Amino acid sequence: MNYHSRFTIHHSSFWWLLLLFLPLTAYADKIGDVSDTSMLEQAVRFFTFRDPAVRYALIGSILLGISCGLLGSFIVVRKMALVGDALSHAVLPGVALGFLWSIAKNPLSPKDPLVIFIGATIAGLVGTTVVGLIKQTTRLKEDTALGMVLAAFFSVGICLVTMIQRLPTGNKSGLDKFLFGQAAAISASDVTLMTIVTVLAVVIITVFYKEFLVTSFDAGFARASGFPAQLIHHALMLLLAFAVVIALQAVGVVLVSAMLIIPAAAAYLLTDRMSRMLLLSAVFGMAAGSAGAFLSFLGNNLPTGPFMVLGATAVFILAFLLGPRHGVVVRWWRQRSRAKRVQRENSLKSIYHVWEAREFKGEGVSLSELAERRRETIEEAKSQATELSRYHLATLHEDGNMIFLTPEGWQRACSIVRNHRLWELYLTNAAQIAADHVHEDAEKIEHVLGEEVVRQLERRLDYATKDPHGRLIPSLSDVRKGTAPSARPEESIGYGRRL
Amino acid sequence: MNDFIPKFDFQHVFVAPWTTEITDNIWVALMGFLVTTACGLVGNYLILRRMALVGDAISHSVLPGLAIAFLVSNSRSSTAMFLGALAAGIVTTVIIEIIHKKSRVKQDSAIGIAFTSLFAIGVILVSLYASKVDLDQECVLYGEIGFVHLGEFTKVSDFLPGAAKEGTADATPGTLAALGNIPLGPPPVVRMAFVTLLTFLLIAVFYKELLVSSFDPGLASSLGINATLVHYALMCWLSVVVVSAFESVGAILVIAMLILPGATASLLSHRLPIMLFLTVLHAAFSSVLGIHLARTLECSTAAAMVVMATVLFTLAWIFSPSEGLVRRCFRSRLEEPSSVLPDSKAA
Repeated sequence: MNYHSRFTIHHSSFWWLLLLFLPLTAYADKIGDVSDTSMLEQAVRFFTFRDPAVRYALIGSILLGISCGLLGSFIVVRKMALVGDALSHAVLPGVALGFLWSIAKNPLSPKDPLVIFIGATIAGLVGTTVVGLIKQTTRLKEDTALGMVLAAFFSVGICLVTMIQRLPTGNKSGLDKFLFGQAAAISASDVTLMTIVTVLAVVIITVFYKEFLVTSFDAGFARASGFPAQLIHHALMLLLAFAVVIALQAVGVVLVSAMLIIPAAAAYLLTDRMSRMLLLSAVFGMAAGSAGAFLSFLGNNLPTGPFMVLGATAVFILAFLLGPRHGVVVRWWRQRSRAKRVQRENSLKSIYHVWEAREFKGEGVSLSELAERRRETIEEAKSQATELSRYHLATLHEDGNMIFLTPEGWQRACSIVRNHRLWELYLTNAAQIAADHVHEDAEKIEHVLGEEVVRQLERRLDYATKDPHGRLIPSLSDVRKGTAPSARPEESIGYGRRL
Repeated sequence: MNDFIPKFDFQHVFVAPWTTEITDNIWVALMGFLVTTACGLVGNYLILRRMALVGDAISHSVLPGLAIAFLVSNSRSSTAMFLGALAAGIVTTVIIEIIHKKSRVKQDSAIGIAFTSLFAIGVILVSLYASKVDLDQECVLYGEIGFVHLGEFTKVSDFLPGAAKEGTADATPGTLAALGNIPLGPPPVVRMAFVTLLTFLLIAVFYKELLVSSFDPGLASSLGINATLVHYALMCWLSVVVVSAFESVGAILVIAMLILPGATASLLSHRLPIMLFLTVLHAAFSSVLGIHLARTLECSTAAAMVVMATVLFTLAWIFSPSEGLVRRCFRSRLEEPSSVLPDSKAA
């Protein structure tokens, strides 16, 4: 058994070496039809690009990734993602009729890309028009209209497909490859058509970038400033139909919408600028397309579409989890570190309070005092003290029972207390809130006030020295010098009101 | 080219299905009716809740659930299938919620991402394990309702615990044994009949809860109805209906069965009970007419049923007495002067 399988591999690699020296056209038949090949061999074949079928498949996948990624970005930001879905299903009857037409024209090679392209585009546009009509003339909502058009057109398409497959020429024409896609079935004329459409899409989007951008984000403003919003909408639908139709051969009718939505949604998570989103989305589409083409080549007769979609989904999941600004993991990490910082600052504040109660006498604060102040167990106080010393805000002495703040820790403690008391004073003075209601609010805001805002507060409060509860507010110079605040000759609580 | 549209034969298309070939066609028609009724009834609520496309999503994502259930259980048992489908339905709903809530991607994109990814996994599983999974790509797309009558019929005794065993069959009285041998119908049809009956029953029992939570979630919660629970229960039941319909109509035509009957009914009436009744009527018409269309064109029966359902919708759209296109056209002509009149008087 072992010997036998080794023999088979050896045997096929021999043929592979031989074929390297033969004219390349010897490999013109479809990759998917070749049986008894090993995965490694298929991979080698894919990466050497010697096989025209491989080259067409790869170029085709890259082109469809670009065009779908570009147009998908617009439908994602316009919240029309499912229009893409309906459109992609609605092209099926057009594909089938195009097939029928090309069979009638030339029964021997029944796949004329241009005819199929025209048929599918018309069907897709009719589909989107019907969605619009249903929305305008009935009470039915958009989602119902989309779902209905999708299913109705698709069923007509399936009727036609099953009828064509009954025909002697129809059965082996490769119509079934349009359902789930087969990148290996992309021919030279397909690639030409795909190139034309992709270049067209890129050129139109570059030239009318401003128009597309404005109508996508602010339709009202666009109309008011005289942009032909309706015309741009129709142009977008036409380009979208083009993008869907050229992607059909490789991705298949059922999953084309995924190539529109997923790369664009991944790009949407990573950037706020439309131009960058378009670029990223095209890159993701390209990556997903070529990865899908590669993976489906590894096995025999595997559909390409699902692999491309999973490639795109992998990119989306990465962006969803690890996106620098909106990623779930990154956000979780940011929230966690913020929560920890708040906790540290609260401990510093408590230490300040304990020390203040002793009128800043003595060297440090003991753990039991801190725990009493915060109404916690000694263990909790201890873990906070260790946390502070880890950040060099405090040092621990006497077997970890005494906490001495470092100069830096003292400055931070002062500035937090200063934030808190200034805010309390501001709320009582400027917002007329009773002095016993301002504490909760100040507890939250003290951690987020920036230095600039605090100075502004100080100015508005006329450099007040006491908070509404009569305690001293550490001044900027106290924070700088690292000294305890001391009562000054003229004390004020803001707005020039002298005590 | 001439073979594309077969020669029309009245005998073959309209007479034969109900005379000589009635034993086969009656099951196909019944199956079509049951599938469309069950889906249409659930679909009515989806339309009211503006969740038609969530139905779309779940009908796609049932596929990986089914494929994994097949691979794990290594059998075609209904329990495994239903569990797989339920899990898939819930997973889809949860994924959509997570993407929508945890990132700034909007709900429509979230739906599009969730179901296409799951469907892609399903298709890959089906094509990798084609020999193990008793599904193929055609079945996934348009089902095999035309073959529903093939295979062993389910008997009454299959539902009586213990009666199926040889030893106990002797012990049961003669009449019960005779009753046990009555063939009920092909297994998929019997299963679908159960699901449809249960759908009716559930809607009858929870009519108020569904009604209130669909139209006014605020009122529902003030009445003590848990809207989230109703939402998830509806999604679960949707998955059950979709999976039992899956075999006969495939993943994508199910959407038509979900949306078209309800959409047609809502064009004809504004009252929910009448809409539900019209849904059943629409189901009956579209399945019978679909069989005739399929025989005329010799195409997929399930797709032909959907085409007929679409035709019925189009008729309702044009001729609906309250808001059809024809009525609209006349109303705008008749009512325009009357709306102008008060203005001219005032002037």
